[in-house]
Amino acid sequence: MNILVCVKQVPDMESKFKINAAGTWYDITDLAWRMNEYDEYAVEQAVRLKEQLGDADLTVISIGPAKVTETIKKALAMGCDRGVHIVDEAVAGREPYEIASAIAAFAAGKEFAVIFTGMQSQDRGSAQVGVLLGEMLSLPSVTTIVDFAYADGTAVVKRELEGGIKARIKVAVPALFTCQLGLNTVRYPTLPNIMKAKKKELLAVPMAELLSVEPRQETVKISFPEKKGSGLILEGDPAELADKLIRILKDKTGVLA
Amino acid sequence: MKALLIAEYRDGKLLDSVYELIAFAEQMGAESSLFLVGSGEALPGFNGDLYLADIARHGEFNPEVHKELILGVAKQLQPGLVVFSHSSYGWDLAPRVAFGLKAAQISEVVAVVDGVPVVPVCNGKMRREVKAKTELRVMTLQAGAFGLPEIPATAPQVIPIDTSLSGRISFDGYEEAEKGGVDLSKAEIIVSAGRGIGKPENVAIIRDLAKALGGEYGASRPVVDAEWVEHNRQVGTTGQSVSPKLYVACGISGAIQHLAGMKRSEFVVAINTDKDAPIGEIADVLVVADLKQFVPVLTEKLQK
Repeated sequence: MNILVCVKQVPDMESKFKINAAGTWYDITDLAWRMNEYDEYAVEQAVRLKEQLGDADLTVISIGPAKVTETIKKALAMGCDRGVHIVDEAVAGREPYEIASAIAAFAAGKEFAVIFTGMQSQDRGSAQVGVLLGEMLSLPSVTTIVDFAYADGTAVVKRELEGGIKARIKVAVPALFTCQLGLNTVRYPTLPNIMKAKKKELLAVPMAELLSVEPRQETVKISFPEKKGSGLILEGDPAELADKLIRILKDKTGVLA
Repeated sequence: MKALLIAEYRDGKLLDSVYELIAFAEQMGAESSLFLVGSGEALPGFNGDLYLADIARHGEFNPEVHKELILGVAKQLQPGLVVFSHSSYGWDLAPRVAFGLKAAQISEVVAVVDGVPVVPVCNGKMRREVKAKTELRVMTLQAGAFGLPEIPATAPQVIPIDTSLSGRISFDGYEEAEKGGVDLSKAEIIVSAGRGIGKPENVAIIRDLAKALGGEYGASRPVVDAEWVEHNRQVGTTGQSVSPKLYVACGISGAIQHLAGMKRSEFVVAINTDKDAPIGEIADVLVVADLKQFVPVLTEKLQK
């Protein structure tokens, strides 16, 4: 069975973000980058499926500049068999339809029986690429999964809904799944596996070879939200801060006697 | 401009979020029609057309079939806008419909500035104004971003719709949320732990503060996913919704999903090293400090 997992490299969300010169995205310099958190669960689930089946070939794909190979290598160290790097310096400005189209162009005809993606990215957060990819490849897709089991050509999964309720879903493969946080416990790559990953195949494909669609939307402006301004900001020595806070709680809330 | 608004049923009940869609369409100056896979027994109050597909025949969750039904209505109606809630139903269905209509989809709209939709970036740290290049636009709306209008007592004009498609995805019912012994929704004081606590041993710091304040402790999703705190203490969209008199958020950045679960708190104290964390926007007091140093000091003073 051929399995595909799609990953995105995103900035650490704790980063100090700045706006770029064009005012259309965050400044991509001076940031620490990592694998999109949702995609870590997708990679883990893909590796578990491969381990369960034994006879499976697992490809990890990512789009972006040279530094995304670091993220691909992490997925290889977690257990993917081969990496595909769609080389694209302009990835930050790409919208979901373009990204999904490029992945679909790569995946077409390769007979992937199961495709995993994160349910959304931590930066753009559109929650579109996975479902669009499924539509483009005419595969059924199930989103926001928090449980996955596979047997005899059928996947039995649970979708997470609001309020912690789950929906039980059954679908025959080939199919696509978008992964929610908490789907599994993500492994840490071991040192031997990190070394082994360095020898695994990593194919580079220029974005221009795969992208044949025009974007359907554009960002006109990015900005920081205006501060409400009503909140009080306290800074300083912990002991003084604690005294101040206790005074405020006594004055403003009825909870401290 | 015509707008097609996609209402939702959950567990046989109509969701109120349909009224947020109606409020949004009013703000956009659109002439609205509703779409619903439901039953004639629970229909929204609405002064206009409702395209209704029978839930018994088409299923409550059956995205391929619901997509087909919406595409059928869109062909007749020729809307300029198709609007969903950014919910587990909406974010699943909207890209399917957008693809079928060759339309741009703008996800999780929180506001509209001069007709241009605004969406969050990096979990609400920034905002983005997005312009579609297609004439027809599909949008999903963040829960609670657009207020509820006055609900008209009038019943909608029902137009029945149908498809013979059955779809490849089968829905086998719901599983209830794990019920634990802790009902945070009734707690008057809640101290919550976020990713900023750093390691599982530090949950004790949060628990101790909760105890000193005479309240309960809770957690944000990452802490629960890491299994540092049990799921029945999770606050947020997929956990519990709380409305205590005092909510103390420790090391919680303030992801939208968490804010949605605690924004009805009367008084919010945030303890965070990052002055710009989104939690600061709804906090009454933001203490800029390392919780591992500050919280034990606070707890000790409260115990005296």
